[in-house]
Amino acid sequence: MTHYLLSVHSVEGEVREPVTDEEMARSHEQLAVLEQELKSAGAWVVSGRLHESATATVVRMAGGEMVTTDGPFVESKEHLGGFYIIQAEDLDAALGWASKVTGAIKVPIEVRPFAGFEA
Amino acid sequence: MGDGDAAGRLDGEEVGRIFREESGRSLAALIGVFGDIDLAEEAVQEAFAVALRRWPRDGVPPNPGGWITTTARHHAIDRLRREARGRELLSEVAVLLPGRDDPGKPPEVGPVQDDRLRLIFTCCHPALSTQAQVALTLRLLGGLSTKEVARSFLVAEPTMARRLVRAKHKIKAARIPYRVPEAHELPDRLRPVLAVIYLVYNAGLSSSAEPGLCAEAIRLARMLATLLPDEPEVAGLLALLLFTESRRASRTRPNGSLVVLGEQDRSQWDRGLIEEGQTILRQCVRRNHPGAYQLQAAINAVHADAATVEETDWPQIVALYDRLLGVAPTPVVALNRAIAIAELHGPAVALALVEELDLDHYYPFHATRADLLWGLGRNSEAAAAYQRAAAMAPTDAEREFLRLGGRASR
Repeated sequence: MTHYLLSVHSVEGEVREPVTDEEMARSHEQLAVLEQELKSAGAWVVSGRLHESATATVVRMAGGEMVTTDGPFVESKEHLGGFYIIQAEDLDAALGWASKVTGAIKVPIEVRPFAGFEA
Repeated sequence: MGDGDAAGRLDGEEVGRIFREESGRSLAALIGVFGDIDLAEEAVQEAFAVALRRWPRDGVPPNPGGWITTTARHHAIDRLRREARGRELLSEVAVLLPGRDDPGKPPEVGPVQDDRLRLIFTCCHPALSTQAQVALTLRLLGGLSTKEVARSFLVAEPTMARRLVRAKHKIKAARIPYRVPEAHELPDRLRPVLAVIYLVYNAGLSSSAEPGLCAEAIRLARMLATLLPDEPEVAGLLALLLFTESRRASRTRPNGSLVVLGEQDRSQWDRGLIEEGQTILRQCVRRNHPGAYQLQAAINAVHADAATVEETDWPQIVALYDRLLGVAPTPVVALNRAIAIAELHGPAVALALVEELDLDHYYPFHATRADLLWGLGRNSEAAAAYQRAAAMAPTDAEREFLRLGGRASR
């Protein structure tokens, strides 16, 4: 089994197509069903949705001192919006789960293997 | 073994030929057992090094491919025994080994019977870039050296070496599977495999850098057609390559310049290849699942049927292009259809179709426009279009042909 990160990247300030309450509800429902499916298949490890990048804080070592600064680590337009960590037999299985996620939320999903989790 | 005659005529070239033919199969079998491409590559190379030393002395064994696979497997096991991580891996694969001892025996029943088929689907996995797919296929299934693969695509050897390392690393790290896709996935997964083989053929056609590429593409297409006998597009691709290959020698003059289809010496076309293509195509027609490769092959078959260019059945060719445009609605197909329309309805009708296409970056677009403008007597516009095409043409032969005014110069 290999662990994969399925990540959802949101673009700051991007105007998404207007989503009706009904569509939103359906998308949430699909995600709930999918999460259940991931769990019963033994594929789910952890998943989560993140607040927008403006809520981020960075700590770093600078000249031997710990410095805390406001804002995301990388000033870019794209930020991690949410993720799943799953375990799957191979990339095809991981891509299968990723296509279900993208089917539910209609945005691209990046799939990356974890280093050092291989059985 | 110990056959004196065989030993007498065996040399490095002969071992090289056997390497081309057998290394893909041996490599695929070893990857199947050990699940590690690098280990398999090293072991197969070592086995051939042993062969190069031993065969000239002892003669070629009756089943050279099986001998290579067995020798390579022993070499891989020896190497794994020397490493702790390897011993772990060995205990995992131990259960697989007895059944694999007979190299002639397929590892399992069902539609999947050959490790090379798994390997080509791994090499052409959609998670890899097209460049990486082509490079891996030539390296692992074609038995080309990194240097030869690099030369085929006009890139520096270190660049190609890095590309191969990166691709193999991704296969391992992301666990790109080593299996043949299931029936419902097959159409999507077969597409890049066929595209890679077609690309390899065309690379051989348009460059003299690596002359063996056309033969290699046909070998891969034949292998795929044998392993997937029920896929009509696989058969279609093979037929298309055979028809194209039948005319390859007539395509260039001794000085390297290009000869267009209508001006080729048709007595030089390879009838054996044409007949083989026609037989395959007839089987496709009976199955009645037309696709882009089958239709392109059919168009080529119509050309092959005509003893002279005047006897070409243009209405049939246009009808086939109409169907091709239905399954592959690309501007390039539309351009080729317009060329056939010109033969049937004249250059004015064809030019109107061509002018609507968004193909400014594609040099055959300018060459076609030039031909049609010339046909309409608009010579200065034609000359400008020929210059435009010549400036963009990828090979010397094509550049030279266009610079001299293409068809207009004849």
